[in-house]
Amino acid sequence: MSQVICPAPGELPPLCEREALRYAACRQPDEQTLSLLRDCWQEAEPVLRPQVCWLQLPVTTTEDLCDLGIFQLPSRKLAAHLAGCQQVVLLGATVGVELDRLIARNSRLSPARALLLQAIGTERVEALCDWFCAHYETEHNCSLTARFSPGYGDLPLESQQKIFPVLDCSRKIGLTLNGSLLMSPSKSVTALAGLTDQPPIIKRSKCADCSLITCSFRR
Amino acid sequence: MLFREFLKDNIVFLDGGMGTLLQARGLRPGEHPERWNVSHPDVICDLQRQYYDAGSNVVSANTFGANSLQFSHEELEQVICAAFECVKAARSSSTTPQEKFVALDLGPTGRLLKPLGDLDFEEAVSIFAETVRLGVRYGADLILIETMNDSYETKAALLAAKENSDLPVLVSNAYGADGKLMTGASPAAMVAMLEGMGADAIGTNCSLGPKQLRPVVEELLACASVPVILKPNAGLPQSVDGKTVFDVTVDSFAAEVSDLVHRGVRVIGGCCGTTPEYIRALHDSVKDLPPCPVTSKKQTVISSFTHAVTFGPTPLLIGERINPTGKKRFKQALVEGDMDYILSEGVSQQEQGVHILDVNVGLPEIDEKTLLPETVCQLQAILDLPLQIDTSDPLAMEPALRRYNGKALVNSVSGKQASMEAIFPLVKKYGGVVVALTLDDDGIPADADGRVAIARKILDTAASYGIGPENLLFDPLAMTISADPQSAQVTLEALRRIRVELGCHTSLGVSNISFGLPSREAVNSTFFTMALHNGLSAAIMNPFSQDMRKAYFAYQALAGLDPNCQAYIQAATGFVSAAAAAPAPTATAAAAPEQLSSRLQHAIAKGLADRAGQVTAELLQTMDPLQIVNQEIIPALDVVGMQYERKELYLPQLLMSAEAAKSAFGRIKTHMASTGSSSAGRGPIVLATVHGDIHDIGKNIVKLLLENYGFAVTDLGRDVPPETIVETAIRLQAPLVGLSALMTTTVPAMEETIRQLKQQYPTCRTVVGGAVLTRDYAARIGADHYAKDAMETVRYAETLLGN
Repeated sequence: MSQVICPAPGELPPLCEREALRYAACRQPDEQTLSLLRDCWQEAEPVLRPQVCWLQLPVTTTEDLCDLGIFQLPSRKLAAHLAGCQQVVLLGATVGVELDRLIARNSRLSPARALLLQAIGTERVEALCDWFCAHYETEHNCSLTARFSPGYGDLPLESQQKIFPVLDCSRKIGLTLNGSLLMSPSKSVTALAGLTDQPPIIKRSKCADCSLITCSFRR
Repeated sequence: MLFREFLKDNIVFLDGGMGTLLQARGLRPGEHPERWNVSHPDVICDLQRQYYDAGSNVVSANTFGANSLQFSHEELEQVICAAFECVKAARSSSTTPQEKFVALDLGPTGRLLKPLGDLDFEEAVSIFAETVRLGVRYGADLILIETMNDSYETKAALLAAKENSDLPVLVSNAYGADGKLMTGASPAAMVAMLEGMGADAIGTNCSLGPKQLRPVVEELLACASVPVILKPNAGLPQSVDGKTVFDVTVDSFAAEVSDLVHRGVRVIGGCCGTTPEYIRALHDSVKDLPPCPVTSKKQTVISSFTHAVTFGPTPLLIGERINPTGKKRFKQALVEGDMDYILSEGVSQQEQGVHILDVNVGLPEIDEKTLLPETVCQLQAILDLPLQIDTSDPLAMEPALRRYNGKALVNSVSGKQASMEAIFPLVKKYGGVVVALTLDDDGIPADADGRVAIARKILDTAASYGIGPENLLFDPLAMTISADPQSAQVTLEALRRIRVELGCHTSLGVSNISFGLPSREAVNSTFFTMALHNGLSAAIMNPFSQDMRKAYFAYQALAGLDPNCQAYIQAATGFVSAAAAAPAPTATAAAAPEQLSSRLQHAIAKGLADRAGQVTAELLQTMDPLQIVNQEIIPALDVVGMQYERKELYLPQLLMSAEAAKSAFGRIKTHMASTGSSSAGRGPIVLATVHGDIHDIGKNIVKLLLENYGFAVTDLGRDVPPETIVETAIRLQAPLVGLSALMTTTVPAMEETIRQLKQQYPTCRTVVGGAVLTRDYAARIGADHYAKDAMETVRYAETLLGN
C-alpha cells in the first residue's frame, strides 16, 4: 500500500524565480515582470498543498520491458534507465487543486498572471519531487536515479493507467487521471526512480537526456 | 426494524477496514477488491461475518469502487450481485443478537469533476445512479456514501441516491489535516449542502486518526441537525520492515472514538487499518452509553463549495451587479455571450467585500434555461462566494440549483399559489434558503398586517413541503416613497414584525425605496440604516456605493457588532482614498489630447492596465472611439508585438501589454454601448481547446491578442466536443476556427474536429497550436495553418481576414 508524505512548512526550498520564469518562456525579465511574479507568488504560496504518495517495488528489466511484478511497462528507454536496479520507487506528487482554481480565475481576468501562476506551479511540483527524492535517499540510505515519467521517450502515457491504481493516487493525495490521460490537479507529476548502488553522482541537468533539442524550455 | 427507525434512538455501529485486510490476504496493489466478491466470496463473507460478530449493526457490501467507470455494465451487475450475496450470507451466519443491516457502499469515482477535472456533473450522477439501482435490486437496507474528498462529487452521489431509491443515505467525507475537503469545503459547508438535500446522517471517515479528526467532528456536531458519523483510520500508516502498520492501537482507538460519542457522535466505525478487533473494543466501550439526542440547530445557512454563510446578528451584503436590468453594457455582454465581462462583475464585487452574489441573466432574447446554469458553473469555477440564484422562471431555476455546488440562496418565491407550487419542491430536493416576497395573487398589501399575514401563509405552506422557517428569508418589499410617503414605514414595520413575531430572517432590495427621487444614494443609505435597526438580516445592494458602505460599517460599529470598530476603521481607509482620488481626473482632464494619446501608448507598452483604462476614459471625452483604436491602441500593440517577435521582450511582458490594451478596449466598449453604436469586430473567429483537453492557457492568450487586434472572438472554452465547434462555426458563419491541444492524447480530437469541419463547412479555415504540435504534425492532421504562438495566430488571421 502506498505511503503519503508531505514536506513540513519551510522544508521546500524558496521559489526559484529564474526557473519559474523559464517555464513562463521569459529569459530576461524586466522589473515589472519580476514584480508581477513576486505578486503571483504571494497569492499562490498560501494555497499550495504539496503531497507525495509513493510505493517501492522490485523491478527487473529486459531490453524493452520493465517488470515491476504487479505490472509491466514496455519501454526501451526506461529499461535502459533502470538497468541494474533491483528496486524502484513509484511516486505521485501534486501541489493540490487550489492552485488550479487560482490559475482558472486569473486566466479569465489576467492571462499574464495566469501564465506566471502556472509557471510557479511547475517550478513547485519539480521542487517537491526533488525534495522527495533527496528525503528518500536520506531516509532509506540509498541513491536514486533521475526521475522518469510517462510520456518521456517511448514510455507511453497509457502507463498512467497502470500507475494510478497501484499508488491509489486519488484517495491518497487527491490526484486523478482524466479520460484523456491528463492529470487533475494539473500541477502534478508521476514518476519512477530506480534505487541504485552506484555512488551518488553529481546530478546532470534535467534536460540532458532529452532528445527534443529544439525545445524552447530547454536549459 | 427499518434502519431509519433504528438510527433515531440508537448509537449505530458500522464496520471497519476492508482494503487493508484484503491486502493481508493477497489482494495486490491496484487490483479491484470488488472482483473478490466473485473470485473469493468466502474471504469477503468471512471478514464481514467477523464484523457482525464484533458488534457492527451495519456492514457494507464490498462495492466501494463498483461503478461503470471501473467495470463493464455486465461485470458491474455481477460484482454487486455477488457483493450482496456475501454480506447477506455474513449477516445470516453471524449469531450475535444486535440489529443487522447491509449497506450499499459508494466511494468516489476516482475522477475529478468539471471544472477542475473532466468528469461532467450529470455523468457523475448517472454513474452513481447505475450502482444505486443495482444496490436497491440486490437488497441494500441503506446507502453509505463515503471517503468523498470533493463536495461536488458528494452532491452527485447523494442526488443519484435520492433519485433512484427511497433508502436512508449516510454521507461521510474525507477531510484533510487542514480540516477541509481536498477541494476546499469546510465541515459546516458540507452540513449545509447535505442536510439541504436530505442526507440522513453526515460525517467523516478515512484520511486521519480519531484524534486528528476531532476538530472536524466538533464542527459537524455544532452545525448538524442530523446524526453525525465518525469512521476514522487507525491513525497514520507507517512502513515497518516493508509492512504497513497503523499507529493507533485498539485501546486508544476505542477510547478516542468513545470520547467523541460522549460529545454527541451517533454513528461510529473504522476505516483504513481498523479490524474486527477495533470494532469489538469500540463496541465494548460504547455499548452502554445512552445516545446523545440530536437537536435541530435552526440556523439559516447557505454555502459555497468552500464555506458556509450563516444569517445572524451581523447583516450580510448581497451584490446586485450581475443583473442586466438597466445596464446596457451588461445586456450587450449577455447577448454576445461575453462571459468574461459577467465574471469580472462577480470578482470586483467580491473584492468590495460582499458575502453573497446575486446572479440574474434574464433577458427576453436569452435562453435562460441554458445560460443561468452555465453562468452559475462559470462563476463557481473562479470564485468561492455563495450565490443567490435569481430568476422568475422555474425552468431556469431547476438546472441552476441542480448544478450549484453548495446550498444556494433561491430568489424567489411569493405567496402566490403557483409560485409556491413551482419553487418549494425544488428547494426540498436540492436544498436552499428561499427568499420569500410578501405578495400574493392579490398583489402587495398596503399595510404591514397584510404583509405579515402573507409571510405566515408562506411559512405554513413551506412547512407542508417539509421546509422549515430557517430556510425562508422574508423580503417585505421596499416600494418607492415618491409614490407613497408611508411606504418606508410600512416596509420597516413588516420587517420588524417578521423578525420578532415570526423569528425569521429578512432581506430587502434597498434601492427601490428612492425610485423617482434625485440623489437616490442619500435616501437609500438612510433607509438601509433604518432597516438594519429594524432587524434586517441581508440587503441586496450595489457594493460600489460609498454611501451604502458607509451606512453598513457605521451601523455595525454603532450596534455593537464591530469590536473595537475594527471593520469600520479598515473600511474607512477606503472612504478616504476614494475622496482623495476624486479630484485626480479633473486635474488630468486639462492635459492636451496629444499628451494623453502618447500616455495611452506608453501605458500599453509598459503593461499598465489601470492607467490605460483611465487615460482611455479621458480620451473618449474628446476623441472618436475608432480613432483611439486605430491611432493609439493598435500602433502601440504593433510595437510590442514586433519586439516580442524579435525576442526583445518575452511572453509575460507581451501579455501585460495586451491586458492594458484590453482595459482600454473595455472603456471603449462601455462607451459605445451607452451611445448605442455598434462595436462589431472582424471575424468572427471561433476558439476552442479540443475535446478531452483542459489545458487552455495558450488558447486564452490567443483570444486576448485576437481581441486586441479587433477580431470578434467566440470562445467555446475547453474540452469542447467536435460537434459543438462545427455547429458554432456554421451558425456564426465564422471564416476561421482556432484549436488548441496540449497532449498527444488529445490531438486525435483535434484531427476529428478538423475532419468534421472540412466535411460540413469546407470554406472554413483552421489554425492550430499547442505544446505537442509542429508544422508537420499540423499538416498531417489537415489543419490549414500552424501557429507557433499567439502573435502568429494574429498575423494569420490578418492575412486571412484583411487588416
